[in-house]
Amino acid sequence: MSAVAELCAATRIYPMGGTEVRALDGIDLRFEAGSYTAIMGASGSGKSTMLNILGCLDRLTTGRYLLGGRDVSVLDDDDLSAERNRRLGFVFQAYNLIPHLTVLENIEVPMEYAGVAPSQARERSVALASRMGLQGRFDHRPTELSGGQQQRVAIARSLANDPMVLLADEPTGNLDSRTGKEILAVLEELNTQGRTLIVVTHDAHVAAHADRTVVMLDGRIQRVEERA
Amino acid sequence: MTTRRLFSLAWKSLWLHRLRSLLTVLGIVFGVASVVAMLAIGEGASEEAQDQFRRLGTRNLLLASVKPPLSEEAGESASRVLRYGLLRKDLVGIRATIPGIRRAVARRDIPVQARFGEREIATVLMGTTAEYAEVANLRLLSGRFLMPSDDHAHKAVCVLGDAVARKLFRAVDPVGQEIRAGTDYFRVVGMLAERGEGTGGTAGLGGESDNAIFIPMGTMQERHGDNIRHVTSGSRSYENVQLHRITVEAASEDESSIAQVGGALRAFVESRHPKGDVRITVPQELIRQAKESKRIFTVVLACIAAISLLVGGIGIMNIMLATVVERTREIGVRRALGARRANIVSQFLAETVLLSVTGGLIGLAFGVLAPLAFTYLSGVRTVITPFSLGLAFSISALVGVVFGLYPAARAAGLDPVEALRRE
Ligand SMILES: Nc1ncnc2c1ncn2[C@@H]1O[C@H](COP(=O)(O)OP(=O)(O)OP(=O)(O)O)[C@@H](O)[C@H]1O
Ligand SMILES: [Mg+2]
Repeated sequence: MSAVAELCAATRIYPMGGTEVRALDGIDLRFEAGSYTAIMGASGSGKSTMLNILGCLDRLTTGRYLLGGRDVSVLDDDDLSAERNRRLGFVFQAYNLIPHLTVLENIEVPMEYAGVAPSQARERSVALASRMGLQGRFDHRPTELSGGQQQRVAIARSLANDPMVLLADEPTGNLDSRTGKEILAVLEELNTQGRTLIVVTHDAHVAAHADRTVVMLDGRIQRVEERA
Repeated sequence: MTTRRLFSLAWKSLWLHRLRSLLTVLGIVFGVASVVAMLAIGEGASEEAQDQFRRLGTRNLLLASVKPPLSEEAGESASRVLRYGLLRKDLVGIRATIPGIRRAVARRDIPVQARFGEREIATVLMGTTAEYAEVANLRLLSGRFLMPSDDHAHKAVCVLGDAVARKLFRAVDPVGQEIRAGTDYFRVVGMLAERGEGTGGTAGLGGESDNAIFIPMGTMQERHGDNIRHVTSGSRSYENVQLHRITVEAASEDESSIAQVGGALRAFVESRHPKGDVRITVPQELIRQAKESKRIFTVVLACIAAISLLVGGIGIMNIMLATVVERTREIGVRRALGARRANIVSQFLAETVLLSVTGGLIGLAFGVLAPLAFTYLSGVRTVITPFSLGLAFSISALVGVVFGLYPAARAAGLDPVEALRRE
C-alpha cells in the first residue's frame, strides 16, 4: 500500500506571548490509502491541530506534510483551497452546515467551487442525499433537521467532489450514542469502499473499529495501537 | 461560479435580512435621489433662464434708459423735469459709428390707461418701428405689425400684446376695433402671440410685449413730445426721456463679434452717458453666465452628492463588516470546502454591490418622481437629464465596489482554522 498522506518531523508551534505552545511536537505518521485511523488523546493533546494540518487548513511550522506524494508546504493559498476542494472531505463535530442554504444547496457548495455545472451538481447532490437517507428532506434548511440528519448532510457534502481522504473531527460528539453509531457506520462504509478515513474521537468504540489508533499526548504520539 | 449565480446568492442572503438591508441602503437611496432631483431642478432653472435670454435674441445687445437715483445734484428736479436716458442722437450715433451691427431699433415707453368699451387697464404704450417685431422676435397671432408707412404718416394704429388683447377684448376680435390709450384713439391692426415673459431674470430687460400696446414711433412723438407725465400721490412730475430702449442687432451671432460690438457699445455709452443712466444688456453674455452658474451649481451639487454617497457608503461598509463577523463561521466552512480567497471576496462584494445598486435604483425612482411632483405642484420647470441618471447610478455602483472591498478583503483574509473555531 502507498501513503496517501505522510507527516515527517511535523511541528506546529503557536507563539504565545513570550513562550510557545507546541501543539504538534515532532510527528512522524503515514496514512496508507484506504486505511482507517482513529486519533485519540486527552483534550489539548493536538488532535484537532493535526487534523487541520492533514486537511490543508493550516500549515506546519517545521517538518513536511506530503499529500498524495506532494509536499504541500510549497503550495500557495489557492492551491491549498483546490486540494481541500478536490482531495479532502471534512466532517465536523458541529456539522457546520450553512444555515440559509437547503440540504441540496449545502451539498452543492464544494461542487460550485470546483466549477461543476449547476445541473450536474444538482444531479449529484440528489444522489448523495438519497444515499445518506435524506429523501424528503432535500429542501429543508439545517435548522429543520435533527443532529443526525445534519451530520448526514455534512457527510454527503464531504463526498461532493469524490475526495480520497475523509477527515472527521469528533463527528459523533454532538450526537446521542445510537445516532453516533449510525453516523460511524456510514463513515466506515465509505472507508470499506476505498476512501482513507481519519477520525478524531474520544470514543473507544470507534477505536475498536479502526485499523489503528494513534494516541496523542502533548503534541506527540504516545503510542500507536494496530488492530490485529 | 457564474456571475448570475453569485448575485442570486447575494440577493438571497440580503433578502434574509430584508429590513436591515433596506435600512442599510437608505443612505444611498437618499443620496442618489437628491442628486437626480437637485440636478433636475438646477437644469430646469438654467434652461428656463437660458430660454428667456435666448428670447431676447442671441444676436442682440440691449440698451436701456435707467432712472438715476434721486439726488440733489439733479439740477432738473427744481423744474420737476427729470432728464435722463437714451437720446435720438444716440440712435443715429450707434448706426453711424458702431461697426459690425446690422440694425438698431429704438423704443419708447409711456405708461397709460387703455380703454375699450367699459374695460380699462393700466398698460404701457410702446412707440417703435416696424423692425422691432423682428429684432425682438415678436410673433403675430393675427393682423399685422407696424409698417414703415404707419410711422412716416404718423398713423393712429396699434398692435396689442397678448395680455392687453385678452383683458380688453374678451370675446370680440380686437383687429379692426378702436381703443383709447391715454387721451388718444388707435385702431388695432394686429395682435401678438403670448410671449410668456415670466417673472424670471429677463423681466424688465427689454423685449417684453405681453402687457404692451405698440404704436408707431412717429405717432408717439407727435402726440406726446419728449416729456412724460408721472402722477404720484397728488404731486405730478415730468420725465424727459427720448428713448427707453435701443435694441442693437449684431451682424453675426458668434461670440467674438458679439463681444466686439459689446465693447464698442460700452465705450460709446460711457462717453455719452457718463452718469450711468444707460444700461447695456447682452443676452449672449447672460446665457453664458447662466451656463457658468449652472456649472458651479453642478460642482457644488456633486460635492454634496459625493458627501452623501460617502456617508451612505460608510453605512454599507459598517453593516458589511458586521456581517463578516456574523458569518465568520460560514466563511471558515466555505474555505474548508475549497473556496479560494477570491471566491470569498466576490461573494461579499456581490452583496455590497447589489445593496448599493438596488439602493441606487430606488434612489433613481425617487429622484425622477420628486422633480415631476415638484413641477406638478409648483409649475417650476425641471429637466431630468440622462446624464444625471447615469451619473447617480454609476456612482452608487462605484460606492458598492469601493466600500465593499474592505469588508470583503477582511472576510477573505480570515484564517480558516480561526474562522471555523468561532461561534
Ligand atoms: N490558535 C491557537 N493559538 C494558541 N494555541 C493554540 C491555538 N490553537 C490550538 N492551540 C493549542 O494547541 C494545543 C492543541 O490544541 P488542539 O485543538 O489540537 O487540541 P485537541 O487535541 O483537539 O483538544 P480537544 O480534544 O479538546 O479538541 C492546545 O494546547 C491549544 O491550547
Ligand atoms: Mg479538538
